[in-house]
Amino acid sequence: MNTASNPPAVAPSTPSVDLQAMLAETHVSDVIEQLDNDLIGLAPVKQRVREIAAFLLVAKARAQVGIESEQPSMHMCFTGNPGTGKTTVAVRMADILQRLGWVRRNTVVTVTRDDLVGQYIGHTAPKTREVLKRAMGGVLFIDEAYYLYRPENERDYGQESIEILLQAMEANRNDLVVILAGYKDRMETFFRANAGIHSRIAHHIEFSDFSAEELLQIAELMAERMHYRFDAESLETMRNYIERRIHQPNFANARSIRNALDRARLRQANRLFARAMKGARASVEELTLIASEDLLSSRVFQMKEADSGSG
Amino acid sequence: MRITQGTFSFLPDLTDAQIRAQVDYALRQGWAPSVEFTDDPHPRNTYWEMWGLPMFEVQDAAAVLYEINACRKAYPDRYIRVNAFDATRGFESVRLSFLVNRPPREPRFELIRTEGPGRSVRYSLRTVRENEGAPE
Repeated sequence: MNTASNPPAVAPSTPSVDLQAMLAETHVSDVIEQLDNDLIGLAPVKQRVREIAAFLLVAKARAQVGIESEQPSMHMCFTGNPGTGKTTVAVRMADILQRLGWVRRNTVVTVTRDDLVGQYIGHTAPKTREVLKRAMGGVLFIDEAYYLYRPENERDYGQESIEILLQAMEANRNDLVVILAGYKDRMETFFRANAGIHSRIAHHIEFSDFSAEELLQIAELMAERMHYRFDAESLETMRNYIERRIHQPNFANARSIRNALDRARLRQANRLFARAMKGARASVEELTLIASEDLLSSRVFQMKEADSGSG
Repeated sequence: MRITQGTFSFLPDLTDAQIRAQVDYALRQGWAPSVEFTDDPHPRNTYWEMWGLPMFEVQDAAAVLYEINACRKAYPDRYIRVNAFDATRGFESVRLSFLVNRPPREPRFELIRTEGPGRSVRYSLRTVRENEGAPE
């Protein structure tokens, strides 16, 4: 029944490649599937990752049949608010790139300005080179990359570090994939001042904020991984908590949720302990349950009342 | 005179791909590679100059090759070697060492005899560079 959709038979002299076999061989679809299942939301990001994976696979197939093409640049830039999964995706990206043979190792070296920029003249270049060498063969992830450039101080050593990075991104593109990450607006300022770096990055991926519904799913997934669970009542409280937390300052998406869960675990332990002092035994259900009251005693619920009182 | 020192020295000079494979092997064993250079290949000269610090944190041969090439560029007319240091207790020494660069014209060695007490003779070697022009 597939014959109708099959491409016309190719002449025997034309070499062809079995993309499906190549895909199965690299196990890259496993990583992409895992990415789909493990990460909630982030649809545009997943789409982009899939595109990159497909592109690399096709590039590999082209190389196999002997079509010459210039090595594309794989450097990326992830922009988005804190806690939107930039680091997590970077680690997965390293996995995908390794399976497709783009990098030799699936290691991610995570650095910030402190690791790249030196303290005095002549300190920056060796320090940056040291980091580059450590990352070679894998992925270099530069978090908060916009800190590298400090426009208010023209003698800042960050500029020197950027120049060395640029050189390595160009000359060692077969050995190294650089991923820059940071908040969107600050990264834009950074790129405006460093046009060279912007043009050397092929993939700009934007991470959008999570919706309340997505955050609730994330909370459930996180709890499940830590072997905790919610009941119907505490899930409702969690939903309530998320809706309030979103509008408060310093909200860091999934990271805030993880912190809230960590605090809830503390309170749960405290609650069980207090009961144990009175001689009660704890069942498995009780040990894994995050109850509504563990969440309700959060500062977020009290602050809301204080806010509405003052406002 | 062609100097034979370190591993592989009786073979033709290693290509970059072969150097990369050797360094990869050393890294897989958990040894720390380092690059050294000298202008005096005398067999008793164990103290070559270090090109940067040993690379303890490097995980890929590309980084070592990068340093080798930087060193070749700075000192094209010196001997350059790669050492791989094994920090395992009991070894704590260099496990692999090979040349990656030779000067275009290599020096010769001269045998020096020194008369000692009681007509004993002591022998030593001296490196003779081309421009020193020792009598043939």
